[in-house]
Amino acid sequence: MTQRYVGQAMKRKEDPRLVSGTSTYVDDVVLPGMLYMAVTRSMHAHARIKRVDTSRAQKLPGVVAVVTGEEVAHCGPIPCAASLPNMKRALRHLLAMNKVRFVGEPIAAVVAENKYIARDAADLVEIDYEPLPVVVDPEKAMDPASPRLYEEFSDNIAFNFFFESGNTEEAFKKADVIVKERFINQRLAPITMEPRGVVAAYRMPDNELVVWCSTQTPHGLRTLLANMLQVPENQTRVIAPEVGGGFGCKVDLYAEDGLVGYLAKKTGRPVKWIEGRRENIAATIHGRDQIDDVELALKKDGTILGMRVKAIADLGAFLSFFTPMIPTLTGLLAPGCYKVPALKFDQVGVLTNKMATDAYRGAGRPEATYLIERIMDVAAQKLKIDPAEIRRKNFPQPSEFPFKTSGGVIYDSANYEAALDRALEKADYKGLRRKQGQLRKQGKYMGIGLSSYVEICSAGPSHAVGGGGWEAGTVRVERTGKVSVLTGVSPHGQGQETSFAQIVADEFGIEPDDVVTIHGDTGRVPSGIGTFGSRGTSVGGTAVYLAVQDLKEKMKKIAAHLLESTADKIEFGIGKLLVKGNSGRSINFNDVVTVAYNAVRLPPGTEPGLEATRFFEPSNFTFPFGTHVCVVEIDEETGEPKITKYVAVDDCGNVINPLLVEGQIHGGLVQGIGQALHEEVVYDENGQLLTGSLMDYAIPRAHDFPEFELDRTVTPSPVNPLGLKGVGEAGTIGSTPAVVNAIVDALAPFGITHIDMPVRSEKVWRILKGRKAS
Amino acid sequence: MHVKIKINGKIYERDVEPRLLLTHFIRDVAGLTGTHIGCETSICGACTVLANGLAVKSCTMFAVQSDGADVVTIEGMAKDGQLHPLQEGFWEEHGLQCGYCTPGMIMCSHQLLSRNASPSETEIREALGGNLCRCTGYQNIVKAVQYASRKLRLAPKVAAGD
Ligand code: FES
Ligand code: FES
Repeated sequence: MTQRYVGQAMKRKEDPRLVSGTSTYVDDVVLPGMLYMAVTRSMHAHARIKRVDTSRAQKLPGVVAVVTGEEVAHCGPIPCAASLPNMKRALRHLLAMNKVRFVGEPIAAVVAENKYIARDAADLVEIDYEPLPVVVDPEKAMDPASPRLYEEFSDNIAFNFFFESGNTEEAFKKADVIVKERFINQRLAPITMEPRGVVAAYRMPDNELVVWCSTQTPHGLRTLLANMLQVPENQTRVIAPEVGGGFGCKVDLYAEDGLVGYLAKKTGRPVKWIEGRRENIAATIHGRDQIDDVELALKKDGTILGMRVKAIADLGAFLSFFTPMIPTLTGLLAPGCYKVPALKFDQVGVLTNKMATDAYRGAGRPEATYLIERIMDVAAQKLKIDPAEIRRKNFPQPSEFPFKTSGGVIYDSANYEAALDRALEKADYKGLRRKQGQLRKQGKYMGIGLSSYVEICSAGPSHAVGGGGWEAGTVRVERTGKVSVLTGVSPHGQGQETSFAQIVADEFGIEPDDVVTIHGDTGRVPSGIGTFGSRGTSVGGTAVYLAVQDLKEKMKKIAAHLLESTADKIEFGIGKLLVKGNSGRSINFNDVVTVAYNAVRLPPGTEPGLEATRFFEPSNFTFPFGTHVCVVEIDEETGEPKITKYVAVDDCGNVINPLLVEGQIHGGLVQGIGQALHEEVVYDENGQLLTGSLMDYAIPRAHDFPEFELDRTVTPSPVNPLGLKGVGEAGTIGSTPAVVNAIVDALAPFGITHIDMPVRSEKVWRILKGRKAS
Repeated sequence: MHVKIKINGKIYERDVEPRLLLTHFIRDVAGLTGTHIGCETSICGACTVLANGLAVKSCTMFAVQSDGADVVTIEGMAKDGQLHPLQEGFWEEHGLQCGYCTPGMIMCSHQLLSRNASPSETEIREALGGNLCRCTGYQNIVKAVQYASRKLRLAPKVAAGD
């Protein structure tokens, strides 16, 4: 096989339709007779519902149906895939019954002839509430005396997750120095630019349901919806058309998905619901929201002896699809890319009157990376060791891989020091430190922040992923020699239509233009799990790669038969199969395909056709890593921390398409930096959402950034045959602590050792105002 | 109320509710769904179109305010099957991932380039300040606009949207 396309920065095959405005997102789906749904939502964070009066809404001309909780109670609670020991199954229903637990919780749904009428009618649903005491602060919620969200449970603690490896007590006793700090990962909103949306159509005589949904996991959604709506799974079809961003928040089955399906069934007409941005911020899952009290025990020379973490995860009001699993990932990754011989991790998951948290880009790993990368800097500051050197000192060496950590996972492969060195060199770290010294003398405050991260990708072995961690791929060489790839992953911007074509083209010796990747439609793709956890190419691509290998074996057999050779002597060239060695004997790729389908000259015992399906079950996760260097300058007048330089060296193993990898890193960096500097979902003490629009919830804009300088090291993963590690979340995970470390470094002359996110100008300005630099 | 709006050279006439947004007129009446809606409150820029040559967020205008207007949407950018240099730039430079913000980005960039043929990186970033993208990190969007700016300067006749 000659690599002509793998590794090349090929332009994307998906772009022409996207740049010309001809692609189809859910809101672009229009069906004859379609109705529109709008949702009446709770204004209270915690209240008993005394009465829901839908009569005024029903009477509005154009309204077709109004439903409330009891009517859809039989659809059952919305399932959660996670199961932890003694976990309280705090689940919600499609519509609240008796009680609401967060602002924005759906109480009634209206369908009408157009969206304007539907929204008017949703406002006419009258609800009598009896407000209950609200629990917003997770620490207060843990108190046994706190008001309870669920009367059926003894308290608001949904789960405890505890482990200890090594002897932490001993480690802390032996320590020369112990540093501690409380790190808060604030609550974030994913803000996909396309909000959620669903269209459903039901054909009664066949009991057949077709659903278009802006989802990352069409196959999973199909199973859940089929169960919920009592439509046989094989008569339910879910289509994820163009999806305008996911970042984890479109993995869940949401109440609105079930409601649209239910109402399509009930009315016999297609129903559409498109989420408004306010609904999106209130009622699409949030991310992060974890408080970590961290203690690190070290020797004087900076060697880590042990770590203790006490973590409080604020889960919000109910368990969504992955909710309890996400914060536990923080425990697995808490040691970061260091040897931490002893680790004690003690986490509680707490229910509060807010929207549920779940997977948001990074999902549990940014929290881990932030806590370990921040505490490393706190230790470096205390021990007066350079942040780069304290990191270097604690890295496991490349020869120690696979490396079993005290977090209980096995890192596949790495060379952390190489990535660190590359980043330091690229950033001119020594030069930066010199400049920092000079600027400080002039009373100017510049800071340099490092973050050496490792993360968990390629979700994953099935035992570790609720609902299965495998992926399926079907490859079919059509009669004309064109190749159709059907993948179970459901890309929504990641570009696998292109990268899979690169893989398949090189394997077969054909052109990427001859390969088409079909995804996001359970009616066309036989089986799948979906796109999340940076698994698209490393798990989904591997399934495709394996299916191609099966077909190659078969094609070799056919070619050997025709060339009077044996299969082991046949290899793939460009556009043909040939007998190895300079025999000069070959047959065109397309001629082999023709023989496979005409089925006349096949070797005895060979079935006609060229189609193969493979399921890939990864033996382990993969662990990408890297080092980021961030430089900030603080504006003394305003306190604004301005990023003036950003270097990211990432190692995601082998790379199929560097353009796509770079794009993933850029996007990830901006989301991670957004957390460090701007973003925060805020609820007041009554559980009212104060950041309910994009005016109040600030996502980064184009002018917030310098040009990022990227580089890569390449350490292939042994977990999959392509050596891929995944890259979807790395930028987000690596960047947040680099930025905060840089800001703390800039403010160190003021005696600052920590500052909480988001680090907005005002916060820094207040610090500068009260102090003098030393 | 009766309105008559020209979109991409074609006239659309309809009786509409006074509260109908221009963006819904474009999407639902004219059936041109390349213009996207990301907030409906004039913050995200996904709905940006050209109205009488100016980039406007079409969720900020009512259809009745646009009566008589000459509107260009993303569907009007390519000519004779040939992508506009801005569309080409986004493709060449990987200036999009999910593509949801892209039409708005392209329409807004078009206004920038018509006012400033060779904007600096800072000027591009400032000009796109009202258009949000959650996928790309903006860097390749900047490059895409730079690509188009180069191309348009070399072949100024490929003026957009007309
Ligand atoms: S939809 Fe118009 S600005 Fe967001
Ligand atoms: S490409 Fe997805 S929002 Fe910009």
